[in-house]
Formats: sequence, C-alpha cells, structure tokens
Amino acid sequence: MNLKITGLGVSPGVAIGKARVLRKTKTALRGKVLSTDAEIEQELANYEQAVTGSLREINAIRNENTNLSAEASDILETQVELLNDPQLRGDVTERIGTGRMTAHDAVLEAIAALVQVFRQMDDEYMRARSADIEDIGNRLMRQLSPGTAESMAHIELDTVLFAEDIAPSDALTFTADTISAIVTRMGGKTSHTAILARSKGIPAIVGCVMEPGQVADDDLVIADGSEGLVIIRPDEATIAMYNRKKARENDQFKLKSLKDIPAVTRDGKLVKLLANISGPDELEIVTANGGEGIGLLRTEMLFLGHDSFPTEEMQFEFYKKTALKLASRTLIIRTLDIGGDKQLPYLPLPAEENPFLGYRAIRICLDREDLFITQLKAILRASVYGNLKIMFPMISSLQELRQAKAMVEKAKHELAASNLTYNAGIEIGMMIEIPAAAVMADLFAREVDFFSIGTNDLCQYTVAADRMNQQVEKVYDPYNPGVLRLLRNTIEQANLHEIHVGMCGEMASDPMATLLLLGMGLREFSMSASAIPGIKHILINNSMAKAREITENVMKMDNSATIIRYLKEEGQ
Amino acid sequence: MITKEYRILAANGLHARPATSLIRLARQFKSAIHVTKNEKRIPLQSMIGLLSLAIKHGDILLVHIDGEDKLFAATQLDKFFNEDLQNL
Repeated sequence: MNLKITGLGVSPGVAIGKARVLRKTKTALRGKVLSTDAEIEQELANYEQAVTGSLREINAIRNENTNLSAEASDILETQVELLNDPQLRGDVTERIGTGRMTAHDAVLEAIAALVQVFRQMDDEYMRARSADIEDIGNRLMRQLSPGTAESMAHIELDTVLFAEDIAPSDALTFTADTISAIVTRMGGKTSHTAILARSKGIPAIVGCVMEPGQVADDDLVIADGSEGLVIIRPDEATIAMYNRKKARENDQFKLKSLKDIPAVTRDGKLVKLLANISGPDELEIVTANGGEGIGLLRTEMLFLGHDSFPTEEMQFEFYKKTALKLASRTLIIRTLDIGGDKQLPYLPLPAEENPFLGYRAIRICLDREDLFITQLKAILRASVYGNLKIMFPMISSLQELRQAKAMVEKAKHELAASNLTYNAGIEIGMMIEIPAAAVMADLFAREVDFFSIGTNDLCQYTVAADRMNQQVEKVYDPYNPGVLRLLRNTIEQANLHEIHVGMCGEMASDPMATLLLLGMGLREFSMSASAIPGIKHILINNSMAKAREITENVMKMDNSATIIRYLKEEGQ
Repeated sequence: MITKEYRILAANGLHARPATSLIRLARQFKSAIHVTKNEKRIPLQSMIGLLSLAIKHGDILLVHIDGEDKLFAATQLDKFFNEDLQNL
C-alpha cells in the first residue's frame, strides 16, 4: 500500500487511474548474410520501400488530424527530415551493400549507432534527440517486419501509462480523454514526449526508476506531475486527498487541454477566439491558451518604451516580428491610441478638463500626419510577412474614417515610390467605441472591412460614467439595456453588410456575456490569452439555439439587475 | 567559394525546428554548402549531421558556399541566420 516512487515532473497535473505497463519488444539482429547481388538489390529496395511507407504513415497522421498542435506538426516535420537524411541513408545502404546485411539488420544497427552518439552528448536537449532517432528506427522496423512493436491500440479510459520510454509518434496520438498520465524511466524535460504531454495537458513524470514487479497492469495508481510523484496502490485516505487536489488542479488544466480543440458550439457554429496583446513576447502564452490569432495588437507599448518617436524601421521590425511568429493567423494592429490617460513623455499635451472626451487617439494622428504616416508605412511594409489588418481607434464620424483611409493610401503611394513592397489589399477596420459610431454602424459598414467593438469605452461613453471613478461605479454597467442595444445594432449591421465583427473589450472575456453576444451574432471574441480556455469551455458546451433564446429574452428585459440575475441563472 | 561567419543568437541554439528549416533552405541551392563548428565540418544536407554539431546559443559557425548560385545562397543564408532564426 502507498508505494511511492519519485521522478521528474515534466507536465503538471494530478491523475488517478489504472496502470498499464508497456514492455518494449526488443528486436534483435538476425545475422543473415546476403550471398548474391540480387539479394542485395532486393534489400536495398526493401529499405527504400520502408522509407516511403514511413513517410506515407506520417502523411496519414497529418491528414487524419487536421488540427494538430504546432508542437505536433514540428515533430512530424523533423521526422520527415530524419527519414530523408542522407547520412542515415548512407549508413544503412553501406551496411547492406558492403556489409551484406539485410535491411532489417542494417537499420537496427545504424539507428543504434546514431542513438549512441546522441546519448553521449553533453547537451540535455541533444541527448533527448536520441528518442527522435529511435522513433524513426521503430517506424522503419515496423515497415520492414510488421508486428515488431507493441500496439498502443485498445487503451482503456483513465489509463496511467508506464513505459521505459514513449516514442513521440505514439505520444502524438494520445488524448487526455484516455491517457490520464504518463510515467517513464527515460526522457527529460525537453523530450518531445514531455513537450507533447504538456501541450495536451497530460500529467507526465520521467526518470522514475522502478524495480521489476513494483507495478502491474490494473493496479490503482496516482500520478502527480506537479510534484514528480507516483503512488502505487494508494490507501483510501491518500486517494481522498488526491481527489481533492485533482479537482482543484484539473479545473485549470482541463481548460488548458482545450487548446487544440476548435471553438465550435454543439450545433456546429464556429467561433474565432483571438487574443489582445502589446507585443510579440506575449505570443507564446497566446498559443499555449489556444488563441487563434490577434484581435488587438496595441501599439502604445512600442511608443511608451522610448525617449522619442520610434522610427519607421524600429516599428517595422516590431510588426514584422509579430507577423512572422503568427504566420498566416490574423493580426489586427490598432494604430496609436495615445492621450486620455496615456501620455507620451516626448509628446507633451496640455492638461485637459475631460481627457477621455479630449484630444486623443485618431484625433491626434489626423493632426500629426508625420507620425501617423510613419506608423502606417511600417505596418504596410510588415504586411507582406503575415495576415495583417489595420484598425483605427476612436472614430466618431465618417469624415474621420475617410481622412484616415486617405492617409493609408498616401502611405502606400510613398512606399510604391520607394519600391517597397506591401499588401495592397490589406483590410482596414475600425473600433466601435463611441456611441455615435455604434448608432451609425450601417453607414460605417459600407466603408470598412471589419468592426471591433471596444466595450470599455463604449460603455463609459454611453452611460456617461468614468470607469475609474468609484463614485459612479454602479452607473458604469455594460449590461445597461442601452449599451446592449448599441452592441446588437453594431453586430447586426456588420452581419447585414457582410463584414467581420469582433469584440476586443472586457465584455468579450466575461463568461456571463458569452452566450448573449453569440446570440446577437458575434463570431469573433478577442481577450487576454488566459481568458480564452474559459470562454471556449462555454462555447463548446452550448448551442446557437440556446444563445439565440438567451439574447431574445435579455432584449425584452428593461433593467440590468434583471438581466444579470437571468444570465447568472442560465450560466449555472 | 564564399565563407561566412555567424554567431548564434537564438536563445535555444539550433534546435530541431530551425535545423529542419535550415536544411530545407540549403536544399534549394545548387551550391555545395558546408558548416564548420570547432573544426568539425559537415555538409548542410543532413539533419543528423547538423544536430550532431549540437549548436548552442553563442556558438560561432563557419558556413562555406561553393557553386554557381553562391551569391544568392549567401544572401538567403544571411537572412536566415540574422533574421529568421530569431523567430523560429
């Protein structure tokens, strides 16, 4: 009872399940010596066939799993490269041609020699690559003599897998639904299996040294990936303690494990979940939380971090770096939103009575053509590196919008004159954060490619309450039916005119508002990365039909207290 | 022949993913390309060869390019080491 084994926790979380012990079937050299040239030809052909077959296998994995994580596709790409590697091919064909070995023996020996080389490296990461080469070896062996590797099929629910090591190709196929934890003797933090386990939210413990017979199939075990601890055949009290820990921890991890699942409602409506960021450094967290792109890149941090206006070149590098990291995923860049409560040390602005109603954002940019054109040129130049879109903040009239769009055209002409490339068809959109714009959504929708609703400002301007002022805290209320009517009008007009509409304000990350907004017709939610899993959880567990019903009911209610009470009840 | 020297600035060195990209880039040129680190020289065709150099942050590499498109190859490799590698 309560046999404890420690190892290195490489993927956090607690799992309680039944043990399944995998034994590696050791493939041994067969020692057959080829006697004729015809046999050599045949074995060389067998090897080539095994390579082709393995590549086909990898392609099949890619085709069957259309939403592979970035980690998983990287690993597959590396495998393709290793299978095509001229050094490995040379090692194998020489053993067949000169050493007169069978393809089976030649691959076995060549892989073993390479694995040895990598195992002896002094760098932990490179040592971990030996598992990738072994994995390729196993793939080739399966092709050369089917049935040599133990099948990972028929794994029951809540299985804690015990193995010497787990091949990345096997780990690729694991899901948190069936495999509740992985315990291995080999491996390290940077092994591909550890990376995949983390990305899938499966607790994993490596470096567990166990005596034979300490764990058997169907033993009850607890695996704690946060502590690096395995408890075999735990007693009742320990199970109860870990059940509590699991309940606490798994709420978080389960949500994170939604990362690779698309945000689709039960009745099949696809919703886009994007993130709000201030720079490329935040992209890793976005990916880790399953963000599908960037719905708002604020550019203020870029301007605040300097003693003078950042040059076109500096800005270009910043946008380009973000674009390259995102590849083809959406990147909406909001042009400078300065003034109000955000001041630049090198752009002194006179103190104002009502800064939020004052000289800020697009109002400054339209006056200061020099700085606006510089920013637009930098964004346009970066637009060839990704899927960039330009968004103007604080638009209150069509005149402002047209002026801003004319600036974009001017920036394009200047770039063309200097022979610099840009995406001529770059999409242009605007924030809907001033009530006038929300009311005129029908007029604006004809002149932009997308809207993004900024609920923080829209709410404070609609109810005329400063959201920083505690005395009017109660007045600042996004569930005020007046605010909700503006939201609905904006979303409906955008859908009517067939332009994209998203939301990047705080309401997009409020779980209470998710179904209400979905019912209004919103299909793009942009929020801080950490809020994405929680919102996705709501979306995938509900239907459009329910969302529409909620919206219909809410729009009939005449005060926010009733609305909030109703939404809370529906959210239970 | 063109020889170029690069210091690896990427925090994680030349990991599996950037190594895959580099091998695929080198394949596009007619020139023969070799990489030397600490006097160990490998042809830039083999992933295993490249990984076996265990290239880490701060390492200095020599890249030798020889062939009819060596100038073009050199500019593309420049771009890889100076720009793309930081983003991979």
